[in-house]
Amino acid sequence: MSDVALKYGDDISTDLIIAGKYTKTLNLQDLVDHAMEDIDPDFLSRVGDGAVLVAGKYFGCGSSREQAPVALKAAGIKVVLASSFARIFFRNAINIGLPIMECDTSSISDGDRIDFDIGTGTVTNVTTGAVIQAKPLPDNMVKILSAGGVVEYLKEQGSF
Amino acid sequence: MGGQTIAQKILSSHSGARAEVGEIVVCDIDLVMGHDANGPMAIRAFEKMGGTRVTNPEKVVFVMDHMGPAPFEKAANLQAVCRNFAAEQGTQFMTIGEGVSHQIMAERGMARPGGLVLGSDSHTCTLGAFGAFATGVGATDLAACLLTGRNWFRVPETLKITFEGKLDPGCSTKDVILYVVGRVGADGGNYKSFEFYGDWLEDIGTADHMTLANMLVEMGCKCGFVCHSNLGIEADPDAVYAEETVIDLTRIEPGLAKPHTVDNYAPISELVGMKVDQGFLGSCTNGRIEDIRIVAAILAGRKIHEDVRFIVTPASKAVHIQAMAEGHIATLMEAGAVFFTPGCGGCVGTHGGVPADGEVVISSANRNFRGRMGNSKASIYLASPASVAAAMLTGVVTDPRMLAEQEGAHV
Repeated sequence: MSDVALKYGDDISTDLIIAGKYTKTLNLQDLVDHAMEDIDPDFLSRVGDGAVLVAGKYFGCGSSREQAPVALKAAGIKVVLASSFARIFFRNAINIGLPIMECDTSSISDGDRIDFDIGTGTVTNVTTGAVIQAKPLPDNMVKILSAGGVVEYLKEQGSF
Repeated sequence: MGGQTIAQKILSSHSGARAEVGEIVVCDIDLVMGHDANGPMAIRAFEKMGGTRVTNPEKVVFVMDHMGPAPFEKAANLQAVCRNFAAEQGTQFMTIGEGVSHQIMAERGMARPGGLVLGSDSHTCTLGAFGAFATGVGATDLAACLLTGRNWFRVPETLKITFEGKLDPGCSTKDVILYVVGRVGADGGNYKSFEFYGDWLEDIGTADHMTLANMLVEMGCKCGFVCHSNLGIEADPDAVYAEETVIDLTRIEPGLAKPHTVDNYAPISELVGMKVDQGFLGSCTNGRIEDIRIVAAILAGRKIHEDVRFIVTPASKAVHIQAMAEGHIATLMEAGAVFFTPGCGGCVGTHGGVPADGEVVISSANRNFRGRMGNSKASIYLASPASVAAAMLTGVVTDPRMLAEQEGAHV
């Protein structure tokens, strides 16, 4: 079970993930239609039925817009791998149930086949055979992600 | 057990236990802000959580600042979602044209020293100028606050930045913070709290303190504090800092952030003469009365260059009215400026100043990411209000200090 890696560079801002002019909606498809379009016009066709988004440092910097992880998840991104994440994106992604893994992504190339295991924190590059260990998530974030996001977590728990 | 930083103190007082760096703590929130761009998503998430009544509605405010007046029907409908929810739940509500949330929360004294503020906007950190632990979150985190009145925090490390020396009077606070962002890097403060120190903080005013705090998030910071003597909260003398940095103010000259990252700093001397197409004065960074006064002083009795457009968006209605009372609106309009409704539209690319393909914008706002102002084929240079005004006069990037010298020569 593996998915294709779509690789991008450093400092991908939430403005690039979904431009501010497209966030004024509650319709998921409106967000999907414009996800990543300024950086990769072929993004949606490349995601196909599902893909792994791979980036360098400081992925998701800038605006706190939660539409950014929401757009990626709804577009079919199964996990985001980056060498580091901006703080608010990191939190938003976990909150909406989009898995993210902080790991050294330098050895992953665009088009590689990737397998990942959130539980063990391992990322396997099926194309090269390399195994990368991700930084573990704090326990409370593992619980939120396991529930499927904060909505489900609070439905179950009532409070933090 | 060492002393505590300001961030630790505030998270301790709001969680009921001493907050150690790296711990996860759950805190009661003093003020929750949602705006028209992210508020509706938060309201939907609140409903999906099974929420029916907002906890502490008096501590919640919805601000219609990202798209006012509504430029298209989706925007109008999203504002209606917020308006109806606020009325049903008895929360505070601030309508279109009141201004940018951070500015109006400041004007109304809603952030207090030692308080804990969460807003669905990354520039919520601006309220660190008033001694509050103020940080930006997404819609679902906001929904969690609406439901429970609380949220969880990882207790951040703190970076201490001390300003030393005297600043050239031809430079402004924006020049300083652009330099700092360039030095620290766009991710240099990721997850961290900052504390700014130095005698210079006593010499500058509240508007400047807000400009400094506003751009903390451009270094990734969670929150930060401008530690002047009247802040109303202070760190323990033996607080432990992750890092300490000194900024020598005497080395600073007017500067800009080049496209497409905020830490892509250049002193203005490297860019003088570059043609610009549009100027923008506004935003939670530099849209205050102090900024308008600076620009009006430069443009008084003159015309902007025929090849540029100059868009001014006061940070709030109160700022707009004050500028009118002081005569600056007429000064700027006679010079050729165009005014837009107080709010965020121009900075965030909703409306109120979208540039054309290939154009260059010089802006007093806080972000120059590709596509930020609504067109990914435009380039945004961030600068001080004085540098924006100087470029509007000449049509090219111009050191505002040179303009002052030319003025002197005329006299």
